[in-house]
This record gives sequence, structure tokens and C-alpha cells, in this order.
Amino acid sequence: MSKGAIRFILNDEEISLTDVKPDAMLLDWLRLERRLRGSKEGCAEGDCGACTVLVGRLMGDEIIYDSVTSCIRFVGSLHGTHVVTIEHLRGKDGILHPVQQAMVDHHGSQCGFCTPGFVMSLYGLWMRQPQPTQVAIEKALQGNLCRCTGYAPIIRAAKAISSYGAPEADPLRAERIAIKSKIIAIHDGSRVDIGEGPSRIIVPGSLDDFADVYAENPGATIVAGSTDVGLWVTKFMRAIGPVIFIGHLQELKAIKTSADAVQFFAGVSYSEALPVIGAHFPQLGELWSRIAGEQVRNMGTIGGNIANGSPIGDTPPPFIALGARLTLRKGVERREMALQDYFIAYGKQDRQPGEFVESVTLPLLPEGEKFAVYKISKRREEDISALCGAFRVSLDETGAVAAAKIAFGGMAATPKRASAVEATLVGKPWTLATIEAAMAVFEQDYQPISDMRASADYRLLTARNLLLRFFHETTGVSQRLKREVA
Amino acid sequence: MNKHDTSIALATVHTSTRHDSAPKHVSGSAEYIDDMIEPAGTMHAYLALSTKPHAEIVSIDYAAVKASPGVIGVLTAEDIPGENDVSPSHKHDEPIFAIGKVHFWGQPLFAVVAETRDQARRAAHLAKVEYRDLEFVTSVRDAQAAGGKLVTEPLKLERGDVAAGMASASRRVKGSIEIGGQDHFYLEGQIAMAIPGEDEDVTVFASTQHPSEVQLMVAAVLAIRQHAVTVQIRRMGGGFGGKETQGNLFAAVAALAAKKWNRACKIRPDRDDDMTATGKRHDFVVDYDVGYDDSGKIHAVDAVYGARAGFSSDLSGPVTDRALFHADNAYWYPAVRVRSQPLYTNTVSNTAFRGFGGPQGMMAAERWIEDIAYDLGRDPLDIRKANFYGTTTDNVTPYHQTVGDNIIHRIVDELETSADYQARRKAVLAFNAENAILKKGIALTPVKFGISFTATWYNQAGALVHVYKDGSIHLSHGGTEMGQGLYIKVAQVVADAFGVGLDVVKIMATTTGKVPNTSATAASSGSDLNGMAAYDAARQIKERLTAHAAKLYECSEAEVVWVPGGIEAKGKFVGFAELAASGYMNRVQLSAAGFYQTPTIHWDRATGRGHPFYYFAYGASVTEVTIDTLTGEYTVDRVDVLHDVGRSLNPAIDIGQIEGGFVQGMGWLTTEELVWDAKGQLRTKAPSTYKIPLASDVPPIFNVKLAEWSVNAEPTIGRSKAVGEPPFMLAMSVVEALSMAVASVADYKIAPRLNTPVTPERVLMGCERLKREARG
Repeated sequence: MSKGAIRFILNDEEISLTDVKPDAMLLDWLRLERRLRGSKEGCAEGDCGACTVLVGRLMGDEIIYDSVTSCIRFVGSLHGTHVVTIEHLRGKDGILHPVQQAMVDHHGSQCGFCTPGFVMSLYGLWMRQPQPTQVAIEKALQGNLCRCTGYAPIIRAAKAISSYGAPEADPLRAERIAIKSKIIAIHDGSRVDIGEGPSRIIVPGSLDDFADVYAENPGATIVAGSTDVGLWVTKFMRAIGPVIFIGHLQELKAIKTSADAVQFFAGVSYSEALPVIGAHFPQLGELWSRIAGEQVRNMGTIGGNIANGSPIGDTPPPFIALGARLTLRKGVERREMALQDYFIAYGKQDRQPGEFVESVTLPLLPEGEKFAVYKISKRREEDISALCGAFRVSLDETGAVAAAKIAFGGMAATPKRASAVEATLVGKPWTLATIEAAMAVFEQDYQPISDMRASADYRLLTARNLLLRFFHETTGVSQRLKREVA
Repeated sequence: MNKHDTSIALATVHTSTRHDSAPKHVSGSAEYIDDMIEPAGTMHAYLALSTKPHAEIVSIDYAAVKASPGVIGVLTAEDIPGENDVSPSHKHDEPIFAIGKVHFWGQPLFAVVAETRDQARRAAHLAKVEYRDLEFVTSVRDAQAAGGKLVTEPLKLERGDVAAGMASASRRVKGSIEIGGQDHFYLEGQIAMAIPGEDEDVTVFASTQHPSEVQLMVAAVLAIRQHAVTVQIRRMGGGFGGKETQGNLFAAVAALAAKKWNRACKIRPDRDDDMTATGKRHDFVVDYDVGYDDSGKIHAVDAVYGARAGFSSDLSGPVTDRALFHADNAYWYPAVRVRSQPLYTNTVSNTAFRGFGGPQGMMAAERWIEDIAYDLGRDPLDIRKANFYGTTTDNVTPYHQTVGDNIIHRIVDELETSADYQARRKAVLAFNAENAILKKGIALTPVKFGISFTATWYNQAGALVHVYKDGSIHLSHGGTEMGQGLYIKVAQVVADAFGVGLDVVKIMATTTGKVPNTSATAASSGSDLNGMAAYDAARQIKERLTAHAAKLYECSEAEVVWVPGGIEAKGKFVGFAELAASGYMNRVQLSAAGFYQTPTIHWDRATGRGHPFYYFAYGASVTEVTIDTLTGEYTVDRVDVLHDVGRSLNPAIDIGQIEGGFVQGMGWLTTEELVWDAKGQLRTKAPSTYKIPLASDVPPIFNVKLAEWSVNAEPTIGRSKAVGEPPFMLAMSVVEALSMAVASVADYKIAPRLNTPVTPERVLMGCERLKREARG
């Protein structure tokens, strides 16, 4: 029954595992099995970045290196990748890597515990953007917490890295050609299937293979980016086996653009989606960069954000407002539905055993329609929404509201349309008086809760005010808070 | 050589030397306790925590725990040979394992010991615990309403005639401010590993700021003498006060297991459990009554400082004391009465955190300054200046210490100019007049912070310096390294004293076996105390070597001159290594224990009088913010800091403390919110729910300067000043700037009185309240 092995490259060593558990995490494996203890555990939930490593994966004929949080990255998900840890950066001659030397010279470490994670995130940034802007640095570091330095010296170091060496001269670059050929060899299209029962790990060879094996094993847990399922293990100690890892499936990373829609397959990560989002849905750009931190955006997938049905997921509100349609698949059978119908109740979605989210299709916004999304959180970045509201309005030739789609996360047990507000708007002229009338009916749509993120009163008041903001922005009186950086 | 003449400077002090561990930090090779390769057979312990805030424990059934895979055993109170207590106040009110009752959600009930950490952690959740619920209180107000039970003796400071002062004041303001607590969020959580030795011996590696106290606690718990316990710490992954006492319990559990099973044992809680089961900064509610006149000058202050102490005393006594010691910040109160209430609550026992109550005391002072300013329609900065301590008069604190080194006027004047405060304030007012939705605020706040432990006996330190025959130096002292750069600063002092390079000095891990009876590395005192103790040790060795050289080269001791790299005697240069070797051959003792006690300080708590602080550190900051009055979101746009560290031992390290302290303080006052739910459970207990600042929260313009002209008036090491805590309070200007922005919605006529942390929600609700009140 058992066939194959989980095979990947760790720094410069080939790894082949046949007895790994489905819930084994990369960080524990590095620290406990391999005694590589440079990567640290700060939170075990992917939020602090002390465990950051780079994972190189094949994209076309290139290896792309993503920063990831190894505390919630399953070992079983590493098949066919190149894992680079902090231990690999310093040369065998003891010479510090340019990223490391910049951090030393700019006093970028104090207690040093978060430092390896920062170095890895900065390494990832430097590889793809050797002369980063302050904004790019901040985005790359959104998933790294430091409690000592106040970040200022780390930002100074980040700006200086390229004066210590160019990525073309990266000592680690030389080994990559050999590593690439090894990775290509691992991806031979065959399924890896090891372990039995709850200890079983399945790494399908293709999308069809995945559809088949999941239909046969509907009790299995699907893991794409592991940014949610990872916490089921590290925080709730839930048993998740058997597990099907799908993060590597190229077919699920497809983005298909047509004249009137963009279809994202479920395995597209937030980072991978960003250029397409920016090109076709620029109104989502700011939200996109405020979803979690860089590492989680590199891991988390569009399908995953929808599939598990969280009431505070960041993508459902704007996707619902845009009229997104889901494609669900079981075996060879597919069905389509409007995204808003997928969320039935808290923790309950319209997904049958053995069925999975294959893709989500976003219709392009017709010319002239007004659309915006606003995320409100206690901390501006790398925070879970207190509420997230998406607004879409089209006006007829008389200037009256022809159609309105408004959806919120964080305001109810599921991502939910504001039907009463929409009804109040439709047919009315797009004026402040109309808006104020609509603001008064939010209570009919939402009775939010108070929790550690916000009070019910704040949620309701802010939701109303966001409608007002949307109105102002569509009428040219735009005033939105913006952090001005040099 | 004069024992207290520490002003000499050679090559390394007063320079921006990098942190000694920096190359290891960036390489992942700096070893923290969890990184040490464990002895074979190391066991792992995990705590089981209560799931009730206040309840009688009816029964605990361990059957499922013991049957869980890998479990070696369960540790309960009955397994403790000595005292089931880790109370640092020695009030015996903080059991390791709860007996009979639990007093907060998250209190340790027992520990599971297993072959792996994962096994221990899973098993710890399997006990069946039956509780009988009791009434509970989690907030300061609830605790006051329930009768105000205290965990330790309150303090009162009084000076002048408060009744007469109030009577003389033409205006009066009464109010209150709620000041939230703060989790330390050290990146490395609590951890300890104990290795049993022969007889009673045990060695404990503990992530602690206070190895000597861990030693004492472990000895008391095991009912053995302190000499059998060795506690060692090379470095912590952050402390901030959270490892002053909170590591004691973990070290004790590891040591208990190690001795019981005669195997090494490690304990490391998950982040959620760490945040649930360990103490934090105290929340305060300060109720105040302030009399002042039409010019804004304060006549009298009468205030009560209620603090959420949690279920036990821990350090709540000295923390609430320090809040009162900083009730003045930099302000002269002609008459003052301030009282503390360290309140019992059914929450985790709160503890030390950078500033140690001082920040809360100072935040309250800034609040009534703001009240006065909005009442009089003045810039709060004018009110601040009008009330600053004088330099020769009006300079006695509420605890009757004369402020003799006041430089706040110069600091504030220079910052006001360098930050272009007046012009920018005008621009902010103009912006607000023109913009309906976005509003700006700007504020300048001062800091004056007292340096010394108020527990006077803590103000001592020891060091041990060895010089080997090859001239290499081995440096130990009682201070611990948590990232603040103490080790490098002390090494600079020693290298400087001997005139050698830093590479000659090996910085040793801190261990109770090298330097005994040490104080916590806390109260910003690390460099002051340990730098001086190490200097004293170096001085002794130098004196012996000087005498030896005089004899060897047949000259007077005065003719032996210490120069970079060695000495000159009668015109001849002798390298330090050669000198050490010849010293050895001539039987000169090349090792010395150094010692230091802070002079001049004294404090009588019973009368509330004394001179508890050796000196004061000063600073000031200007912050500009923009708020969004539709959502309450805001940005901190620019910060300018001028801060006093005396003559800096290491400007790069000190700037790092100021930048880091400011941002940590900003987190405390803005996004770091501790929320307990109706069941008494802390709901913000992981980075997903508890939000410390990110890189993108750092002000895009962040100018930090040292007051380079400042020299400590007292003969501290190199005439430097402490830097650990004082910069933390610079972040108060963020609150005051946010207040101004909120006040703009009511034309600056109503004091906004925002409670902290000033979350976006509080900003929006503040705007709404002011708009309502302005409408009448």
C-alpha cells in the first residue's frame, strides 16, 4: 500500500522520510529531529515569525523562495521543495551573509530570539527586491514580531543589505542549479502514500488524483496552506489524520482570466494572487496587503480562506459583493454556486463529504460600478478583522441606485449580505439623505457580538460609517487615512 | 586610584560597540535554554491550568493523565518536600500548585512529566477536575465595589496641607483614568531545565532576570540549602520584567521533577499558557482631585491608585509604591496626598514590567495636566511648563526627596525647538479647521524617572574577574542579559579598565556559583550596579599588578602608568599578557571579587520619607498623529525624542533602548489590550489576539537623539545614566496627541479623557462622546 516517501532538500542535504506523522510540523522536526535550533518557537500559530524559514518551490522552471512560518508548516507538505534554514546562511568559512552582516552593523538584534526569523524574511525580500522601499520592507516584515528594538534598526539594516552584496553574488546561489534538478526529479507525477489509517499521508500526483483519492477518503483532512489546519494541531491538539496535502498541485495554482471574469483555482496563495488582484481588482489591493503577514500570505490560499467558512475571513465579503461563484468538485462531478450561498451557518458550509472547493470565479466589475472594501482591525496590519465591509453600487442613468451589494465579515456568524441596507438604497438617488436613511437600518441586518476585537456598538457604528465613507469616496470627497512614508 | 573616580575613559567605553552576541543572533547560533542539547533521558514537564476564575477544587481525577502515552508521572503539592510557594514577597501566598481553591483562570493545578513535551502537554488536559464555583472579581472597579480586599500593605505619600491647597485653588477638577495592563510578550517564553546532581545538588538553567531568587525558591521548595542549587542563565529572549519573578515556578517544577526521578527535566509552556498563567503589567484606575488656579498652576493633588494586583502579592507592593513615586512625573505639587490600593482580583498575579508602576503613575499625572489645559483653553505644553519642578525651589517630591539634578527645562526647550513644535502645532490646528473627517493631534510630554530599587538592599552588586596567565580575562557579574546590552557594557568597562581590547574579555554566563546573593536585573540598574562592581574587581587586580610592576621594574607605583595594551614603567612598555604572566610567576593574585553598593539612598516606607533614588533620568518626546473620525483608526506620523542617558557607555545600545522602549510603550498605550470575558478567562493570550506593534506601526519619521551634554551629577560608572525603563514613558505623547485630535471634534473645549490603551474603538467612541457633549 505504502508507496514513495516525502522527499525534499534541507539546506544542502537530501531528505527522504517514510515514517513521518501527518501532523508533524517542520519547526519541531528541525529542532527535535535534526537538532537545527536556530529557528525558534515564539507562538506556534504563525503570527510571530521567529520560526521563519524559506521554502523553495518549483514555479515553471524557476525555484521561488517563499518565507514561511515553520511552526505551522507540515513536514508532509514539503514534498519536492528546498527548505533553507538560518543555519545555512553563514558560510562554511564563518563569514556572515550580507543580510546577517547588515543586521549586525545596524544593531538590528537585542535579545536575538526573533532575529533568525527576521534574517530569513529579509533574505527572502532581498532575493526578489534588492533595493526595497520602506513600504516593501514593512510588508515583508509584517509577519515578524520584535519586542526589543522597536524595528527601527532592523529597517535601517534592511535598507542597507545591498551595500553588502548583490543577490547575484549570493554564495547560496551557486548550489541552486543542482538543487533545481533534484526537485524536478522528485516531481514525477506519482502519488506519495505513506502510513496507515490516521497516520496516513497522501500527496496526490495531480488534481485528478486528488479528486479521486478524496472522494475515496472523504474523512481525510485537506491541507493546502496549513495556516488554519496548522493551528488545529498546535493549539487544539486535534487529530487530523489521514491528511491529503495539496499545496504543491500546479493545476490548483492556475489563474484563468477571460473577458469578463477571473477564475482563481483554490490553491492560489494570497501572494500569488496579488499581481492579478492588483491588475483586475485594484480596490482590493490595500485589503490584500493587510491579510495576515507575508509568511501567511505565502502559505494561505484563496480556497482555504473560503472552504473552512470562518465568519472573519477577509476574502468572502468583497468576493460576495463582486458576485463570486464557487466551483465545488467531487471525483469528476462539479457543481457551481454563488459564494454567498456556501455559508449556511456558523461552522456549517454547503460542502458534501469528499467534495472540495476547486476554484472561485470573480466577475470583473462592469465599467462605472462603484466598489470598495474596508477592513477594520485593532492593529492596522497582521490582525484579524473586527469587521470587514465590501460595498458595490451601480447607478442608473437618472443617478438612482440600480443595484447594491453590501457584505460584511465580523458582523454575524457567517460572512453576510446587508439585505435591508441594500433594499433601502435601491431605487433612491445616490445622495447623503439616502445614505443616512440606509445607515439607520444596519441593525436589521446585523446584531454583532462584543468580543476581544471590538464591542458590538463599535462594530455597528463603524459599519454605518463605512457606508458613509463609501458614499464620500464615490462623490469625490475622499478622505482616507494613509500612512505616509518616505 | 580613587574607588569612585570612574570618569577615566580609554578605548571602548562611550563608543557604539555592537552587541556581543550579534553575530550569533543573526546566525541562529546564540543558545537559549530550549536550544541546549538535552542530557540523555531528559523528561518534559507541563502544567495543567485551572479553567475557573475562583472555585473550590472538589476533586481531581488523574487516571486518564497517568494512562496517557509517555507519561512518567504527575507532580502535585504532595510531591513537594519543602514549601509549596514561590512568593517573592515571602508572604506565602503563591502556591506552585493550587491547594483546595483556585484563585484565577489559568492557575497551575499540577504538572505532568512525560518522555516528550508533546506527550506531557496532551496529558495535562486529560484530568477530570470538579470545581465548586465561588464569586469572582476581575476588574479594579469590581474589586473596589466588593470591598477592596488588598494583597499587600498600601502606601500613602503626603506632603504639604492638601486641604489648604485645595481651598487656595480657584479651580478644581475631579476625574478618573483607567490605564490598561500589558503582557510582556517576550519572544522567548518561560522556560527552565533542571539537571540533578549528587547529594542534594541540582543545576537549573532558567530564563530569569533573577538567578539568586530562583536559587532561593528552588532550595525552599526542595527543602535544601541554597549552596546545593546552582542557577545559570546565558541570555534570555527578552525579559522586560516578565522574568523577574515569573520564572520561579517553572524552575521549581523542573527541579522538583529532576530530583524526584533523578533525570533532567525541562519545562516550557505554550504561548497561550504562558500568557494565561504568568503575570503582567498592572491595570490601574486612578481617581483624582486636583486644585489649580487660572494660570494653570497646580495647588494640590489628592489621588487614589487602584491596581489589579491579581490573586497574590508578588511584586504588587513595590509596583504600586513606584506608581506613587511617579505620581509627580516632572511636576511640582505644593500639596499632595496619594494613596495606593493593590487590590485582590481573580486574575493572574501581576508583576514587574518595564517602568514597574511608574508609567501608570505618570500617565495619571499627564491626564490632569490635560484636564487643566482643556478647561483653560491652553496648549497642554504651557500647563506642563508652568508646573515643572524648579531647580532650586519648588523641587521637593511627594516622598520628600529634593530633586537636585533637574534638567527637564533644557530637555524640553531643546526638543520644542528641534522638533519645531510651535509651528507644527499651528499647522495641525489649521489642518483640523479644514478637514472634516481626518483630524490631527500633536503633543509634547516630559519624563522624569527615579533610578534605584526602592527596596534599598537590592542596590548592591558583585562581580568576579579572573586574569589568566596569557592575559585573557574572564568576566562574571550578577547581572543578566535579556537583550539590553548589559553584558557588552560591563565588558567595555572591564576592557577599558585594563586598557585591552574587547576580544580579550570573555563574557561568562551569569551563575549563582560565581557571584552570590545578587539582585534582579531590573529597575534599569544593571549597568550602574554591575558595571561598578566589575570596575571594582578590575581595580583590585590593577592595583596588585601596579605594585608588582613597581617592584619588578624598580620604580614607584606612581611611575607605573596604565596605557592602551599594557603599562609603561620607567619608560618601558609592558604588554598586558606579559604583565599577567610575570604577575603569576611572582605569585600575584590575578582574580578579584568586586562589589558595589549605591551610596546616599535611604527610604522609610512607614513615614513615606527618604531619598529612595540615587538620581533621575530625564527625557521628552513630541508625537504627531492623524485620526479617522469615521472609524477611529489612526496613524502615528512623526515622533521626536530627546533623552538623557548621562554620558552614554554605548550610544548605539542606548539608542536601541530608547527606540525599543518607545515602541513598546506605544504598544501598551495603543493596541495592546487585555480582555477578560464574563467567565473570568483572559481572551487575549496569543499574538493572534494580543497585538504588539509591528514594523509598520513605527512612526515613519522617528528622530531619536541623546542629550549629549548631559553628565550624571552622581559618580556613576562613566557618569552614565540608566536607560532600561525611562524611555518607555516617552510614549505618553502618543496618547496626548490622540487626545488632541479627538478634542478637535468639540473645538478643544472638552477634555477627551481617553482611557488606555487608546484603541481605534476608544478613539471613535471618544469622538462620539465629545460630539454629543458639544451638542449639549
